[in-house]
Amino acid sequence: MPRPFTPKAITANALLEGDVIYLSHDGQWVRDLRAARAFTEQDAAEAALATASKDGMVVGAYLTDVKLGEHGPEPTHFREEFRRTGPSNYFHGKQETTNGVAANV
Amino acid sequence: MYKYNDFDEAFVRERVAQFSGQVARRIDGSLTEDEFRPLRLMNGLYLQLHAYMLRVAIPYGTLNSRQMDQLAYIAETYDRGYGHFTTRQNIQYNWPKLPDVPAILEKLADVEMHAIQTSGNTIRNVTADHFAGAAADEVADPRPVAELIRQWSTDHPEFQFLPRKFKVAVSGATADRAVIKAHDVGIYLREQDGELGAQIIVGGGLGRTPMVGKVLKEWVAFEDLLPYLEATVSVWNLLGRRDNKYKARIKITVHEHGIDDIRARVEERFAQIKPAFGGIDREMLSEIETHFAPPAFRNAPTDEFDRAYETDPVFRSWADTNLSAHKATGYAIATISIKKPGDTPGDASADQMRTLAGLARDFGHDELRISHEQNVILPHVHKSDLPRIHAILKATGLATANVGLASDIIACPGMDYCALATARSIPVAQGIATRVEELGIEHDIGELKIKISGCINACGHHHVGHIGILGLDRAGVENYQITLGGDATETMVIGDRTGPGFAYDEIVPAIERIVETYLALRLNEDETFLEAYRRLGMAPFKAALYPAKEETAPKEKANAA
Repeated sequence: MPRPFTPKAITANALLEGDVIYLSHDGQWVRDLRAARAFTEQDAAEAALATASKDGMVVGAYLTDVKLGEHGPEPTHFREEFRRTGPSNYFHGKQETTNGVAANV
Repeated sequence: MYKYNDFDEAFVRERVAQFSGQVARRIDGSLTEDEFRPLRLMNGLYLQLHAYMLRVAIPYGTLNSRQMDQLAYIAETYDRGYGHFTTRQNIQYNWPKLPDVPAILEKLADVEMHAIQTSGNTIRNVTADHFAGAAADEVADPRPVAELIRQWSTDHPEFQFLPRKFKVAVSGATADRAVIKAHDVGIYLREQDGELGAQIIVGGGLGRTPMVGKVLKEWVAFEDLLPYLEATVSVWNLLGRRDNKYKARIKITVHEHGIDDIRARVEERFAQIKPAFGGIDREMLSEIETHFAPPAFRNAPTDEFDRAYETDPVFRSWADTNLSAHKATGYAIATISIKKPGDTPGDASADQMRTLAGLARDFGHDELRISHEQNVILPHVHKSDLPRIHAILKATGLATANVGLASDIIACPGMDYCALATARSIPVAQGIATRVEELGIEHDIGELKIKISGCINACGHHHVGHIGILGLDRAGVENYQITLGGDATETMVIGDRTGPGFAYDEIVPAIERIVETYLALRLNEDETFLEAYRRLGMAPFKAALYPAKEETAPKEKANAA
């Protein structure tokens, strides 16, 4: 029996700033994981990744596991949690600049 | 210190122009990321977890005040107001934006700095004893040799596509402060019958396969040093494995072929290439040596130091901990701790960098050094100036008196910044340092080197920490392995693993139990942690770390049976 598919988001780094970004429902790149599109089917996720990887303004796009939370996708691994929020040693980086508000690349 | 000549200046400016064009072509889409990546790495530009990271070379850890001021300017103008001093004596900026990098490189070139060969499979920035030119135990200043190697290795046509990166370190002192035996090639400058030469160490390294370097040659005469080094790299360049990057470093080549085989090959290659050098290397070294003449040390009383030492306990504590013996009478080497408990080890704000630059300019013969232990050094300070220096340091949060103590922790960037990391290391360092400060036992503990890496690549030198901590990802959870008894000096030892790792919230209490065990079992206050560990072995520390497991072990065994 095939294993159930873990929902995925598409994430990458922005070419110009290097910021962590996510592919949204309308195909835009946003900085807030909660605004990312969660793919629940493998074929759709892989097709979207193939398209997203051709975007010259992003670097290193990949699929990342997410769980579906009340406010949108949430990370399942601590690495993605740090990518989502910024460094944990002190309050700076992404958490200082985005305030959780989605922004275009 | 070394001043660029016309060739250096033209070379660095040309590289800036080349890379500026490459960045522009990447942004306009002419270059793909696959095409651009090796080009940016050649210029020290990584893409990390949250942002780009620019690694700037600080050759053999030496800076002047103008350069430090410029690093502060770059931090403030193009980054987030700080820089991170690394275990490779470099500085890293964690937040540069790609379009700004050409301008940053231009600003670096303005002060004779660059980011060339701080990444990639090349000969990396040469490191050296951070007390070079100042230490009382020095036989020879390693900086001229390090500078010669820098010039020889920069853009060396034979060594731009090596099997893997290659790191060279140089020391000219009795005590090894440069972790020589953990480098691909380590050079100990030595004197023999009034002549200078070098002992060559090869095949040291940390990472996933830690190895203590072996003696390749006991004595290489000074005039043979560069051709011998070239012969060594050349042999490895041909012999080193390119099929598996985890087996590509020279330590594996030496291990697989044996030191005698490598030595024979190097000797053969040396005999071939030595005539081609024709003495040009000696001429260059002689010219370079003129740049490293000692400063004009002044002969003055040290009354102000003596008075402050007698009357100010805070100053006395700092002086006892952060000063080292200088070769000149009346002088000291002052190590400025960038390890204030709770702060990020190695991070300095732009204001702090300017303060350090000012101190070097006003009191330190315009010299600064970065240590692999992520601190900043004023190598030449007259003792009478130290009370004023200390007062300035206090005002900028730089007067922490902890050099060589438990809170003077080496920590790699770890998963807070690094794309390769498997766990965080900085918050662990912050937690340990804060706890030690709370307990107020740091000076009682005495010398204790704690080193933390956030992955197996060991940028935090955990293998050679008296207490080493390695952060790993165990089934999606941060887990920390502990090693004890490591030694980074001329008596290098790879530490012993204590046993199963600890969760993130368990690691600071675990380190506390190790320290408590040491304090309880040491013979007296003079027996250091490392000495006590060597006398006692692992058993008492293991018992302190895993009491519950030892009690339940027989039951588990019975169940398993």
